[in-house]
Amino acid sequence: MPARFSPIGTPVTLNRRRFVQGLAAGGVLAGLPGLLHAAADRAPSTVTGAAPVLRGTEIDLVVAESPVNFTGNPRMATTINGSIPAPTLRLREGDTVTIRVTNRLREATSIHWHGIILPYQMDGVPGISFAGIAPGETFTYRFKLEQTGTYWYHSHSGMQELTGMYGALIVEPREGEPVRADRDYVVQLSDWTDEAPMQVFAKLKTQSDYYNYNQPTVADFFRDASTDGLKSAIDKRKMWNEMRMSPTDLADLSGATLTFLMNGTTPAGNWTGLFRRGERVRLRFINGAGNSFYDVRIPGLKMTVIQSDGVDVEPVTVDEFRFGPGETYDVLVEPKDDAYTLFAQAMDRSGYARGTLAVQPGLTAPVPALDKVEWLTMADMMGAMGGMAGMDHSAMAGGMKDRNHTAMPMQHNMPGMNHGAMAMDHSQHAMAENPLDKASQTVRHARTEYGPSTDMRVDMPRTNLDDPGIGLRNNGRRVLTLADLSTVGGPIDPRGAEREIELHLTGNMERYAWSLDGLEFGQSTPVHLRYGERVRVILHNDTMMTHPMHLHGMWSELETADGAFQARRHTIPVQPAQRISFLVTADALGRWAWHCHLMFHMDAGMFRQVVVS
Amino acid sequence: MNTLSILAASVLVLGAAPTLAIAAGAQGQHVMEAAGAQPESGASPMKQAAAPAAMPMGAMDHGDMNMQGGSAPADARDPHAYSGGYTLDSGKYALAGPRQLRLADEHSFGTLLVDRLERVDTRDATSTAFDAQAWFGRDYDRLVVKAEGDYANGRLEEARTELLWGHAIASYWDAQLGLRYDTGEGPDRSWLAFGIQGLAPYWFELDATAYVGNEGRSALRVEAEYELPITQRLVLQPRGEINLYGKKDEANGMGSGLTDATFGLRLRYEVSRQFAPYIGVEWNNKFGQTADLARAEGASTRETRWVAGLRFWF
Repeated sequence: MPARFSPIGTPVTLNRRRFVQGLAAGGVLAGLPGLLHAAADRAPSTVTGAAPVLRGTEIDLVVAESPVNFTGNPRMATTINGSIPAPTLRLREGDTVTIRVTNRLREATSIHWHGIILPYQMDGVPGISFAGIAPGETFTYRFKLEQTGTYWYHSHSGMQELTGMYGALIVEPREGEPVRADRDYVVQLSDWTDEAPMQVFAKLKTQSDYYNYNQPTVADFFRDASTDGLKSAIDKRKMWNEMRMSPTDLADLSGATLTFLMNGTTPAGNWTGLFRRGERVRLRFINGAGNSFYDVRIPGLKMTVIQSDGVDVEPVTVDEFRFGPGETYDVLVEPKDDAYTLFAQAMDRSGYARGTLAVQPGLTAPVPALDKVEWLTMADMMGAMGGMAGMDHSAMAGGMKDRNHTAMPMQHNMPGMNHGAMAMDHSQHAMAENPLDKASQTVRHARTEYGPSTDMRVDMPRTNLDDPGIGLRNNGRRVLTLADLSTVGGPIDPRGAEREIELHLTGNMERYAWSLDGLEFGQSTPVHLRYGERVRVILHNDTMMTHPMHLHGMWSELETADGAFQARRHTIPVQPAQRISFLVTADALGRWAWHCHLMFHMDAGMFRQVVVS
Repeated sequence: MNTLSILAASVLVLGAAPTLAIAAGAQGQHVMEAAGAQPESGASPMKQAAAPAAMPMGAMDHGDMNMQGGSAPADARDPHAYSGGYTLDSGKYALAGPRQLRLADEHSFGTLLVDRLERVDTRDATSTAFDAQAWFGRDYDRLVVKAEGDYANGRLEEARTELLWGHAIASYWDAQLGLRYDTGEGPDRSWLAFGIQGLAPYWFELDATAYVGNEGRSALRVEAEYELPITQRLVLQPRGEINLYGKKDEANGMGSGLTDATFGLRLRYEVSRQFAPYIGVEWNNKFGQTADLARAEGASTRETRWVAGLRFWF
């Protein structure tokens, strides 16, 4: 990216570097300008880095403003107990905990316990579970912990999460931790902007590619034309331009406004976790970012994934994983060298969060270069149709099975299509007795998807779960995919689906509008689940972005396109043009939130209320 | 050209733009090209999943697909089908009182974009021109104000101000309805305005408006802009504009029919997305009666204008 200039006119290459890398001592304030002095006198600076740990069954949390400085520009953050991240809560399975949250802000606040199964009144979503916590008020949360694992908590009010309100919540097994690890670190990733989040939102409403500095340029075109030929360069762009879509629309925000944080620490600050050679280290990765997907790896170290969203999975060893806001992964590593870099690059490659595992403080390992930005592909835009040539064939066959073949002239043009697999799939289909054994493949767009709220619809989605996603395909590393996750012990409910609910993830990038079924939250009605029923939810992504979909209050049990159980999650990332399904047991009475966990998508209206009654 | 024909032309253009754009992208004419690269049989699942990445866009066979716009088929899914009669603020477990949770879709935003604020140099004179657009409201309904004009020798030569209600009618298009008021050296004129504004395929920004005024006056104005990023910050903006009037307005120097056309190129550097200085050149041609009126006044009918200015928004 070229040097950034401030609007006032001073070229500030230096500032820019500081902006991306952050201050080494981010969070610690040096020399506050006048405006913040008064506040700083009252409030001590925010504590950043490894969060303090709180244990027990009675916990007090105080939400207040406190000053931070991640970039050289002092700002006010909203914090919990004065730290970013908020204190790590280490609670015990089976305990009933009482958590008093006091609001010292000038606006209402709330705390949502992300992934925790609890009564809806304790879920912390203002306007759905309760009225929120008014300024000066204390709200007492009380709930019993019936699960174990790595979770997190955050504000569910306005944009407070993006301004500092997130922390780890670990529920320790009552019988002791079955996983042997010599060290146990929370690695919480987040993102910070010096801008007011609603100002960021307003900019995106005016120009949705405001923060994208990887747009296709004329210079790129000539480079492509000279290496691949003019026709190829034109072909590469034709459909994108015809459809008014950008192939580099990978993230709405970018390093142009975000500073990427690891445990509240900037890349320059370099959060460090210590180990001794030969030790086994457990890293609890939590994506607490407002709007950033991260691709995480530790060059030189294999990571064995043992938990996803707090739930144990069959161990799987990988080099890298991608996760979006809301998701968590626990991994085990066995470092042998002196130092390793924890490298978490943003999905749009505009920056990274970084930390170090080392045998002593001050040691560092090389920080890898950011990967090149890859353009979205046909598969990302058109699903199975676009990806036909290279898709997993069984998934492909599944995608076509229920379609009228005469309506698909292209079917016969597919070179090298595995007809055997298709035929076999047909025979299986013929034998299937219960149509609800696997998710319906018939795409049913909502009638509200044909208006201004939606800029595209995918008619032939891809249903395979083994795609690591744009920017990670064929990168030479072993990258985790949803197909690699296998929850230990199988589903919590052995019943099959009694009915299906199909929801489409929709948006209009040009208008910066995000919705479900083409309807923003304000125009929507709740999704009603009958108490006790086992229901299949199909999420069908009609956009070109990946959306981490978080259902409150109940587990989302991800399945394959064939209806085989895959993994229990609280947040499921749905890739562009992908159609995935999961089963939900509606065992939690009340009203719940269900939304994309990218904050700006959620706030734009990609949000539903769920009623279980 | 009489009023009737200008209205007919307006309908044609206003119809053609969305037809070209909305319908082309929408009513099923948008033919997706699909399937074609060579699959690697026997490749690992990983590799297979990854293969599309390498596939060039467009190097594909045909298969009709209808990814944008269009109208919902009769059997399209009802988005409220799963509600069981519940609404956001009524039914069991709903919080008491009016609905509290309102997200940004129920929040109004607004912007003022000064697309051109420039010093204009021609062989004969220098002047200052402005072209701004502001909006306030929500995604699908908003108030739009457009203002364009120029000053010379400390006097407002001409200005067009429009106050419009913009309503989203398709993915990339807003219909606009409202009033236009012209001021300047000649007599003021007021008009009813109806137009469309949006993004045509291949990223052409289009603004086409038809006007009906007093005394049987009518007009049509079509403006198109394109943004061509040379680098991430250096942007070339071609811009074209044509004006048609249904009735001669001698006091304002307008003949009937095609009055003038302008084509310009502006090269801007985006110091930030919101602040970009530029330089450029623009050619303007007057036609027919309008050209005759200009000649009678001793003015030129063809002009090359050098411009330097600022584009900014907030």
